[in-house]
Amino acid sequence: MTMTKGGAGGRRGPDGGAASAGEPGSAPAAPAAPAHEAPPRGAERRNHVPGAGTAHAAAVERAQREMLRDGSSAAAAAAGRVAGKRQRIGADVVCESLIRQGVHTFFSYPGGVILPLYDVLGDYPELRHILVRHEQGGAHAADGYARVTGQVGVCVGTSGPGATNLVTGIGTAQLDSVPMVAITGNVPGALLGKDAFQEIDINGITLPMTKHNYLVRDANDLPRVLAEAFHIARTGRPGPVHVDITKDALQQETSAPHPSHEEIVAGLPGFRPNLDGHYRQLKLAAQEIAQARRPVIMAGHGVLHAGAEQELVALAEKAQIPVAWTLLGIGAMDETHPLAYGYMGMHGWKHTNRAIQSADLLIAFGMRFDDRVTGNVKTYAPYARIIHVDIDPAEIGKNVAVEVPIVGDAKRVMKALLPMVPAVDTQERRDYLAQLAAWRAESEASSWHGSGAWRDGLLSADYVVTRIGELTNHEATYVADVGQNQMWLARYAGFRHPNTHVSSGGLGTMGFSLPAAMGAALGRPDRETWAIAGDGGFQMTSQELMTLVQDNIPVKVAIFDNKKLGMIRQWQEIVYAGNYHSAHLLGPDYLKLADAYGVPAIKATTPDEVDEAIRFAQSVDGPALIWFEITGEQNVFPMMPAGKGLSDLIETWGGPEE
Amino acid sequence: MSNPTNGHLPGSPAAPSHSAPPDRYVPGTGEVRRHRLIALVLDRPGVLNRVASLMRARSFNIDSLAVSHTDQPDISRMTITLRGDDVAVEQAAKQLYRLIDVLKVQDVTAETTIENELALVKIRATDTTRPEILKVVELSRGRVVDLTPESIVIEVTGTEAEIDGFVAMVRTYGIKELVRTGAVVMSRGSGSIEEALKR
Ligand SMILES: Cc1ncc(C[n+]2csc(CCOP(=O)(O)OP(=O)(O)O)c2C)c(N)n1
Ligand SMILES: [Mg+2]
Repeated sequence: MTMTKGGAGGRRGPDGGAASAGEPGSAPAAPAAPAHEAPPRGAERRNHVPGAGTAHAAAVERAQREMLRDGSSAAAAAAGRVAGKRQRIGADVVCESLIRQGVHTFFSYPGGVILPLYDVLGDYPELRHILVRHEQGGAHAADGYARVTGQVGVCVGTSGPGATNLVTGIGTAQLDSVPMVAITGNVPGALLGKDAFQEIDINGITLPMTKHNYLVRDANDLPRVLAEAFHIARTGRPGPVHVDITKDALQQETSAPHPSHEEIVAGLPGFRPNLDGHYRQLKLAAQEIAQARRPVIMAGHGVLHAGAEQELVALAEKAQIPVAWTLLGIGAMDETHPLAYGYMGMHGWKHTNRAIQSADLLIAFGMRFDDRVTGNVKTYAPYARIIHVDIDPAEIGKNVAVEVPIVGDAKRVMKALLPMVPAVDTQERRDYLAQLAAWRAESEASSWHGSGAWRDGLLSADYVVTRIGELTNHEATYVADVGQNQMWLARYAGFRHPNTHVSSGGLGTMGFSLPAAMGAALGRPDRETWAIAGDGGFQMTSQELMTLVQDNIPVKVAIFDNKKLGMIRQWQEIVYAGNYHSAHLLGPDYLKLADAYGVPAIKATTPDEVDEAIRFAQSVDGPALIWFEITGEQNVFPMMPAGKGLSDLIETWGGPEE
Repeated sequence: MSNPTNGHLPGSPAAPSHSAPPDRYVPGTGEVRRHRLIALVLDRPGVLNRVASLMRARSFNIDSLAVSHTDQPDISRMTITLRGDDVAVEQAAKQLYRLIDVLKVQDVTAETTIENELALVKIRATDTTRPEILKVVELSRGRVVDLTPESIVIEVTGTEAEIDGFVAMVRTYGIKELVRTGAVVMSRGSGSIEEALKR
């Protein structure tokens, strides 16, 4: 038996019948009552459309019909596509722009108002679209992709909840200055401001957490806006740019051309980042460096953004100055270089912080002296004058007062500075460097390294991280989550190359590692990619395991399961007198979970199982998961308690092994 | 130990001494005073929101904000008065510069300027108080712009302090309503922030 849709004499299509009342230009006449609805006697039929009959009311009505997807333009576009020919619409401009900007892969999730984009995506096989499981995952993936490639990462979401789900990822990119373009759909222009279905003021939300944002209501503006968005995201200090596009703009036909680079720059008269340091300031800096006896170079994320690793080494070697780095500066220098002096700050190395506290000159490149780096500013580097090089003038003098401010790109400034600083031979710095070496030996010896087992017999986290670093030859991309796992990774994995360490530093976003690793793996498929996740953070975004499987993204996920919000537990132990409220956290059976997703998985509980587990994950062609059951009691030391200074590091608490 | 910012002279050996070094200066903790910023911005949708949002998010306390057109069609001018120490206000100006739509920011606090704001004050007036009020108005170079048997509306222009003074004077009669535009400022002499922009 066959069934027919709608019998003879059945209802007409959605555009027929009563729906035509209230078309543009028609009088505000009340629609005729359908036959089956007998009007109450004597009643006058009313029309509830506000301002019925005006062009505005007609536009609203058209927009509402578009939202229900029975609009004529969607239907026409679909019909045109079926017929193999159609006009260029706003959604095409989005795709063209991505291709023009060199974006090969982007991360997205569909929804009502962004569907016009999905309707044309099939026409652009050069664009790889990764369907994530949650928009936050999409934003972090775009972020991870950007951090390892240096290119602008792109994520896309629908209006309302899709857009708000992107927000954490956009904020993460903002605080770590990661180039990103986040695109959202919004309700048709005529419905903006009417609290339409899934309408939220997403521009208002992203305004304070983006480098810039746009609302596009006319497809003719799209080529310019998207070109500006990419230009702004990657130029000067990088950062996220949000572009909100109304559904009708995505569907609107347009022949607007893409602007040239000159046109883009001319259209942004308020955006002229200064890249070259001022000559007079460079001279002052060179003088300071020449006079300094205990200088320390400090490398931040800006060094990596600028691609200034070689210049950094050249400068350090010429003037024989040790180099310390921030969390996001990890990888700016090969850690095995003789002048590489380690990771600074709250959980940094004691010797590194000690060098800063006794320095007479700090030469900071591309960092912002945030509170995790300085601790209490009053007691920070009390003997040091400061040269601060940053591409963002607002960073200079914001957190610490500096003697020599230099606004510019780290690479260009280092290049210009190099011939100006006098060459220093090792002999001249002998005493200083010998003291630093002694400090380093002392500090590394006091940090607990052992057979790999903690005092309770369970695995120690630093051992696992160390082995992951070693068995991957320090050649992988390592993506941290947030908490103790993040600090262990930063301290013990051993980094050799730029952009192999990815970490949410500024926002400290739990759940970052897995989705960001997804983007990192796609951005740098030539490298193995490891996500280092705490059990807490993993449970925040674990749904992306399915994305790994669907798109065969070969991320190796290492769960550091201490069955705790470890960093919370550590703070509660040290700062809140052991009041462990909510630090204990149940987790699932991760092997079963991985199995359910179809991800090969293995568990390691004792030191002798660690290598085998890592090798197993490496041997899998595709994603794999390791469940490391680690001790629940280990603390990350040293630690600078909040409000204290870099000289007040805590190194033990309780047990003698720590 | 003459340098207040770090307690250490350039080139000195700087071995950590046993006596504690002086505290490092923390930006923004200096003496607070009133500053006047002029910002030229692109006349784009949301630019006022961007400026206001930035000032709020970074905890800069705006006293007044006046926005208007300039002689150039797509450029608006904002006059912002705010309180803070010099370093904090410099930081505010730098943060404003980070906004893509902001073209130029100038702190004219230390410059010789013309500064004016306009106020409309609706004052309770009776046959007995009206002559007194009119006397105050005359002394303050104010102007009567509306008159009823019970009230009088005065327009005054002047610096913030002058208007504060006028308002204090007439408060005793009873202020029914008060509106002030916030200060607008222009530097004296032939120099021009708009021309500086074109260069
Ligand atoms: C989204 C988010 N919520 C809360 C926090 C606060 N926080 C920082 S570390 C941490 C505990 C992390 O636990 P886990 O992921 O298991 O990592 P561990 O410290 O145990 O290695 C929490 C809750 C955060 N950084 N991010
Ligand atoms: Mg944990």
